[in-house]
Amino acid sequence: MALSHLASSSSRSGSLLKPLSSAISLRRPISTDTTPITVETSVPFTAHQCEAPSRTVQTNANELLTFFRDMALMRRMEIAADSLYKAKLIRGFCHLYDGQEAVAVGMEAALTKKDCIITAYRDHCTFMARGGTLLEVFAELMGRQAGCSRGKGGSMHFYKKDSNFYGGHGIVGAQVPLGCGLAFAQKYCKDEAVTFALYGDGAANQGQLFEALNISALWDLPAILVCENNHYGMGTAEWRAAKSPAYYKRGDYAPGLKVDGMDVLAVKQACAFAKEHALKNGPIILEMDTYRYHGHSMSDPGSTYRTRDEITGVRQERDPIERIRKLILSHDLATEKELKDMEKELRKEVDDAIAQAKENPVPESSELFTNVYAKGFNVESFGADRKEVRATLP
Amino acid sequence: MALRNILGKRFGVGLAGRRPLSTATCDVESGNAKAINLYSAINQALLIALETDPRAFVFGEDVSFGGVFRCTTGLADRFGKARVFNTPLCEQGIVGFGIGLAAMGNRAIAEIQFADYIYPAFDQIVNEASKFRYRSGNQFNCGGLTIRAPYGAVGHGGHYHSQSPEAFFCHVPGIKVVIPRSPRQAKGLLLSCIRDPNPVVFFEPKWLYRLAVEEVPEHDYMLPLSEAEVIRQGSDITLVGWGAQLSIMEQACIEAERDGIFCELIDLKTLIPWDKETVEASVRKTGRVLISHEAPVTGGFGAEISASIVERCFLRLEAPVARVCGLDTPFPLVFEPFYMPTKNKILDAIKATVNY
Repeated sequence: MALSHLASSSSRSGSLLKPLSSAISLRRPISTDTTPITVETSVPFTAHQCEAPSRTVQTNANELLTFFRDMALMRRMEIAADSLYKAKLIRGFCHLYDGQEAVAVGMEAALTKKDCIITAYRDHCTFMARGGTLLEVFAELMGRQAGCSRGKGGSMHFYKKDSNFYGGHGIVGAQVPLGCGLAFAQKYCKDEAVTFALYGDGAANQGQLFEALNISALWDLPAILVCENNHYGMGTAEWRAAKSPAYYKRGDYAPGLKVDGMDVLAVKQACAFAKEHALKNGPIILEMDTYRYHGHSMSDPGSTYRTRDEITGVRQERDPIERIRKLILSHDLATEKELKDMEKELRKEVDDAIAQAKENPVPESSELFTNVYAKGFNVESFGADRKEVRATLP
Repeated sequence: MALRNILGKRFGVGLAGRRPLSTATCDVESGNAKAINLYSAINQALLIALETDPRAFVFGEDVSFGGVFRCTTGLADRFGKARVFNTPLCEQGIVGFGIGLAAMGNRAIAEIQFADYIYPAFDQIVNEASKFRYRSGNQFNCGGLTIRAPYGAVGHGGHYHSQSPEAFFCHVPGIKVVIPRSPRQAKGLLLSCIRDPNPVVFFEPKWLYRLAVEEVPEHDYMLPLSEAEVIRQGSDITLVGWGAQLSIMEQACIEAERDGIFCELIDLKTLIPWDKETVEASVRKTGRVLISHEAPVTGGFGAEISASIVERCFLRLEAPVARVCGLDTPFPLVFEPFYMPTKNKILDAIKATVNY
């Protein structure tokens, strides 16, 4: 036991002694040790109409360090986006995910790229978890060509077709029936894959959710409805909007599971369980008990409807990154300095991506007219007086 | 006009350029008047409505703390949670609930947080609210229902915080659609809408919430619905618009005057039922008409005005009816300055129409 620790620590410090040039910044000094480590989730799962999975989770050093890195990167990215917004480089609406990173990262760990994910507007980190790059994120936020949606979507509309990330939706709740449609297609094509449709506690009161759930249950679709319950629908606390804030039970005839959304291992366990369940038995609801540190969007200070004590309390007690850090340190998988160095490296990665994104040009003005319809169906552009057709654009 | 501008500069110009319109020809007696902005004027109207009618209610998402645009500030404290309350996030539910409340004889003032979110409620408005009186042979009605929603571009709103959906609702007999251009107009019109015995959809130009400041009388006053107002006299061309777009059109009028073109500017105020007579009278004077709105040009309300005017004034017209509107694309994100019917586009069209 002690020897294997020594072996891994020497391989790690070896790689860390190399100079941190930008080329090296792409190579993570993460242990590749896959010796299983057993951890218990923070709280047991609460189940509705099904048997809860065990709270004992198998993980390993490699996975834990990857979780740490990914979540720390997301955190850094969101904070950088905050500064960019205040500097007016990002305009429009910007909904930040910091605090909720464990949901995106844990979910991704339980899935393959064949599974579909669809979410609402708080999508920057979900996009990253699906394999997006920092440049694509910052360029899209600033409305530049290199953005994942070519600069035409903005913060709320990130998509990644090659990893089945169906985005990025502004209208609350509208993505859930869509998600169930994706699940139908997967079942029909015998993909052996599932769809995770994410929504918030505010959206949980939308009628279309229940319509979608009914259809999914009726036709046994492999749809997993994930309620990211951060307890506030913009400025309205959950108890003021919902008669029953036990969102995992709202499916009634559909089973549900309540998960500590700040514990990435619990999220991973629950999502793996849900995937298996959905492939056999149809829809299941996962309620992720999570929290966002920022307000609803950059226009919302986030402190008019909740106390600062509450926010600092969650940061101290339940922060997902700190939890993994403690786990890593207590299992001696890395030293505190190594983790801090990793965070510094990530900070540099983020800064580099921002610098690159700033240089990127805005889309061509002709892009205003592209993709309104499929190519070949023209959108006409008139001069100011509408008297003559100036151009027929693709 | 189509100059490439870096993001920010264009918006800066746009924002600085939007001045509030004076309502000099307004026939409201000015008692005590104070200079306030649009959201304060609306707040005053709601306060008066709640004060004067004990069966008036204000509800919607996040209205309790004052709302995202502060239109409902202080109302919950003053009138209590039983009359000013938050609803869950369900537009269809909000409007359906409002229809029911109104059917029992109450004044239900429902807020939809952004006009872009009104579509889940579209079925309720079109199939229930507008037809209730008609299909029950006048036994029942939901005239006490007023739906308020902020609409229109705001400089950086993107696809879902900038839409102007008025055209969809103008196609529905049985409801009224009203759009104010300034604080003084908003207060009077909103009170008229609330007290009107028909269901009304009241779109508030969100760009002007803070930006438009005007002397607004503090007392209770109403402005008539279905009466358009000529806010600028002219003899060469009639311009028709509503809401925030009027301030852009006025700038175009001022510039056109320097070139010797005198424009008559009409604020429609009520879109359905609209004041055809006032517009027709103006077109008979000038012989030319230009309509401008932010919503996409195809199928926008300008099309209805154009068709009606041609029907009534065909032989008087000196030039085709011009429409300077939003483009036929979804409301874009970074391309907003190109999409919008700007002052220069309007000026261009004025000149082209006058020189036809």
